[in-house]
Amino acid sequence: MPLHLRSSPSLKSTFLNILRQNLGFGSRSHVTRHIRQNLPHDPPLRGSQNPIRGFCNTMAEPETLSSFGQHEDASNHQVMDFPGGKVAFTPEIRFISESDKQRVPCYRVLDDNGQLITNSQFVQVSEEVAVKIYSDMVTLQIMDNIFYEAQRQGRLSFYATAIGEEAINIASAAALTPQDVIFPQYREPGVLLWRGFTLQEFANQCFGNKSDYGKGRQMPVHYGSNKLNYFTVSATIATQLPNAVGAAYSLKMDRKDACAVTYFGDGGTSEGDFHAALNFAAVMEAPVIFICRNNGWAISTPTSDQFRSDGVVVKGRAYGIRSIRVDGNDALAMYSAVHTAREMAIREQRPILIEALTYRVGHHSTSDDSTRYRSADEIEWWNKARNPLSRFRTWIESNGWWSDEAESDLRSRIKKEMLEALRVAEKTEKPNLKNMFSDVYDVPPSNLMEQELLVRQTVNSHPQDYPSDVPL
Amino acid sequence: MAALLGRSCRKLSFPSLSHGARRVSTETGKSLNLYSAINQALHIALDTDPWSYVFGEDVGFGGVFRCTTGLAERFGKNRVFNTPLCEQGIVGFGIGLAAMGNRAIVEIQFADYIYPAFDQIVNEAAKFRYRSGNQFNCGGLTIRAPYGAVGHGGHYHSQSPEAFFCHVPGIKVVIPRSPREAKGLLLSCIRDPNPVVFFEPKWLYRQAVEEVPEHDYMIPLSEAEVIREGNDITLVGWGAQLTIMEQACLDAEKEGISCELIDLKTLLPWDKETVEASVKKTGRLLISHEAPVTGGFGAEISATILERCFLKLEAPVSRVCGLDTPFPLVFEPFYMPTKNKILDAIKSTVNY
Repeated sequence: MPLHLRSSPSLKSTFLNILRQNLGFGSRSHVTRHIRQNLPHDPPLRGSQNPIRGFCNTMAEPETLSSFGQHEDASNHQVMDFPGGKVAFTPEIRFISESDKQRVPCYRVLDDNGQLITNSQFVQVSEEVAVKIYSDMVTLQIMDNIFYEAQRQGRLSFYATAIGEEAINIASAAALTPQDVIFPQYREPGVLLWRGFTLQEFANQCFGNKSDYGKGRQMPVHYGSNKLNYFTVSATIATQLPNAVGAAYSLKMDRKDACAVTYFGDGGTSEGDFHAALNFAAVMEAPVIFICRNNGWAISTPTSDQFRSDGVVVKGRAYGIRSIRVDGNDALAMYSAVHTAREMAIREQRPILIEALTYRVGHHSTSDDSTRYRSADEIEWWNKARNPLSRFRTWIESNGWWSDEAESDLRSRIKKEMLEALRVAEKTEKPNLKNMFSDVYDVPPSNLMEQELLVRQTVNSHPQDYPSDVPL
Repeated sequence: MAALLGRSCRKLSFPSLSHGARRVSTETGKSLNLYSAINQALHIALDTDPWSYVFGEDVGFGGVFRCTTGLAERFGKNRVFNTPLCEQGIVGFGIGLAAMGNRAIVEIQFADYIYPAFDQIVNEAAKFRYRSGNQFNCGGLTIRAPYGAVGHGGHYHSQSPEAFFCHVPGIKVVIPRSPREAKGLLLSCIRDPNPVVFFEPKWLYRQAVEEVPEHDYMIPLSEAEVIREGNDITLVGWGAQLTIMEQACLDAEKEGISCELIDLKTLLPWDKETVEASVKKTGRLLISHEAPVTGGFGAEISATILERCFLKLEAPVSRVCGLDTPFPLVFEPFYMPTKNKILDAIKSTVNY
């Protein structure tokens, strides 16, 4: 019996069904952290109507266990109490295979043509939310293209696009609340966009002008906004993951109805901080969502050179973390997965891992020409046939929520706004030199005050060595 | 800037002359060793700020050096807890906790094991406020680690890694010399709105015993202290090494050399003014630390004082430090900057 459809019962009951089938065992009150209890060996949910039970359960599948050929030999007690809990013996020498016969299936709701797949489960979105999701995806796409071009023209020093990953960016943000704290990598400006960061604010940071909240200290795309609960980007890979776990623990202790969400790429999962963070999150029972944008490439390194596991989703179980693989180019699936993950993370006070499969259509950055390591045909195919925008557009149009006219109106408006934002940001002056020395500490120590004086003297003596657009 | 007036001497097992209105030295307290004084500071820190946390490997049962004794029982396992064995995770987690406005008091079991966390400390903690334009900060982060020689520690239980951290704008580095200093400095570090690395001289955990006031008090950061006055030569050090240096000063005095001894306390940002004023008076400088001499923090002090006091110097700046080897086991006595090495250097500097 299908659990959804536009005409299905209320949003809430559909959603509760999804939650119910994902109910884990061993979750405990978040009020105090107890001595670890052994996971009970309860039987899996019976009589579930869920046709995709295979990857919804947190329990080990009965099929997997029986493949070990356990014997219930009455003459031997087959269970022993090593530290860490009871474990059954087996007399067979059997290694767990390095991989399952089949890869973990990928959750999607819209097919490649944007048609709703029959019997798919998803969290319903209102027209307002769906239109905002789509509009913000378009805005992100236009913003990326215009900034990219601006860099090519020499107006910007650097840029990195999120082309191809608009659905991950926007739909995940749409499923969160403004109180959820974000720890991004650097390819998630859409989350800021969703929350209300303006095109002008983006442009200001990229130009490092005096309106940049970062005060001109970092390269373009290193956005941050405390108002929007989006921690400032740092270029170091995966360092934000353990930070997110600590932040989640703070939310847990404060009993907040909020979680931490952190984003990273396939490359980031090789860093030690990924493993450190997942392990901590599980042990601390921290309400944090790990969203991996598996876009196939870490600069020029394909995933086959990155890991040999079945992607990223299977790594969650190694740490005791509930995980899901999602079609990252399906905005509706992304929305549903993140919405559900958030509910689980907060209600059960546990981490969740989401692997969003996608493709990095753009180059790694403006310092990269990816045709040097992959075919232009491949890029083109993903851009056209698997475009997240067109799939979602088809769906919202089929609901009567969008039209060609709305599309062209939006695109021309955003383009105009974007060009104006660029123009304004470009001619806004840079931050004052004093901003080089402030915020290293809360208060500048004496060595920095000395150094500022010395630098100013030098600038007086040799003004030609220094950029004239930095006010002194 | 050094407050040289009003100090009172006290016979103790290590230098702890006190002076100045800021000091609480005249108050009596309980006789405590270093780990107990640190333990007291942690109790006070957690008691005075409900959003403070202590965590690290094995801190739950009291820690391998007992610095966290009684904390989990008193404040609960939500606030005082063991972490997995992963320094990069411990510090990364602490940064996130601090970034949300909490005080995260992290314990690294030995300074020798702090390196996996170096990326988090340098690239994240130190730059958190600056890179965000002051929208965010992780000032509530304090990282504590036992450091230094212990007599039998070898390569991996004896290191003094302070120099690596002194090269990182955005963090502070603090090293106490005694129980009373440690309690006051640690409370200052915990409450300072910047991320701080606090190295505790493990040799003194049990060896050093001192009267420590029982109440809540703080000793200011970035203020060096002249703990012994003299006229012929200035000695600068920190942590356990000061005990050795004071013995050298006593011996030198018998030979008619008057030594001024300064405890730097905070290495980053360090109090240049106090050292400068002293060297301008004495004309000679000797720095001593356990860490290897090449690239050690003594080099920074030497270069700075040379810039500021060149014409007043009667002799080259002397450094009596550990050697440029991994910290050896059997050869530790040869490696260490001993009292006699320091005394010899004092004499050759004075007789230059």
